[in-house]
Amino acid sequence: MMANTRSWWLLAATAAIVAAPLALPGLGGTFKGSDDLGTEAILAARPDYKPWARPLWTPPSDEVESLLFALQAALGAGILGYVIGRRHGAKRVGDTR
Amino acid sequence: MHIMEGYLPASHAAGWFAASAPFVIAGATRLKRIVTLRPQAKMMLAAAGAFTFVLSALKMPSVTGSCSHPTGTGLGAVVFGPAVMAVMGTIVLLFQALLLAHGGLTTLGANVFSMAIVGPWVSWAVWRGTAKLGASTAIAVFLAAALGDLATYATTSVQLALAYPDPASGIIGAVAKFGSIYAVTQIPLAIAEGLLTVAVMNALSGRAGAIDEIQELSGEGQ
Repeated sequence: MMANTRSWWLLAATAAIVAAPLALPGLGGTFKGSDDLGTEAILAARPDYKPWARPLWTPPSDEVESLLFALQAALGAGILGYVIGRRHGAKRVGDTR
Repeated sequence: MHIMEGYLPASHAAGWFAASAPFVIAGATRLKRIVTLRPQAKMMLAAAGAFTFVLSALKMPSVTGSCSHPTGTGLGAVVFGPAVMAVMGTIVLLFQALLLAHGGLTTLGANVFSMAIVGPWVSWAVWRGTAKLGASTAIAVFLAAALGDLATYATTSVQLALAYPDPASGIIGAVAKFGSIYAVTQIPLAIAEGLLTVAVMNALSGRAGAIDEIQELSGEGQ
């Protein structure tokens, strides 16, 4: 039970770290992706640089992109949740031995 | 940590492919061996891959006022060793390159090197080192996941600095510049990933407080 409580504290602390930049006064910004900022920094340093390849396919809109990101997270979370559930179930069966 | 499609000079792109390929091939061999020798580890392998899948989809705000995502490769590296994560990370990066236009095929070698190779190896080394020093499992897992995450972003910064050295301050100056975009943003997110990895490891162990059973998770203890 102690460790279960610890897990909740860990999750709460994780959420707090992620939420802090949004909630704390004095912090803030545009919250653009660091990958895009990196690309911008390249173009700022080398304004004449032309990327020599383009993505084969680009999501047609932000909505489609967020759909695919959500799908990625959902697939991962689904599998992870399934395995956690199976392992808990297995333990419980084992405990009755 | 995604270097976007076409944003590495061709020679660099090819070099990172050459550097990454042996790790991915070795990882695939190792993965096959684990599945053959310990079929009961399949579920945990799936969980390790799934964790990377979730975490690399979540772009989180950081104190620097920009957003970045954790990598989730530390968990699998701790349980199965770093080699298999080269394969898992490559799958995630391919998914994002093909379906999300995030990262790219020409930059895949470089992105695999930072996220699927350097990150997991740092995680594994930290895990081994801190455990030897007598840290508790929870602390060792936390440090392994957090520092592996950070190492991935530091690697991206170095990769970009090598390709785009600063005209005045050279590669070192460029590392500082890209590092301020990637690595500094990543510090709070790496801490968050470390905490989350401990919680998930705890949940996966299936029993309260039993994250000392990493061996059991990998199927070795059964």
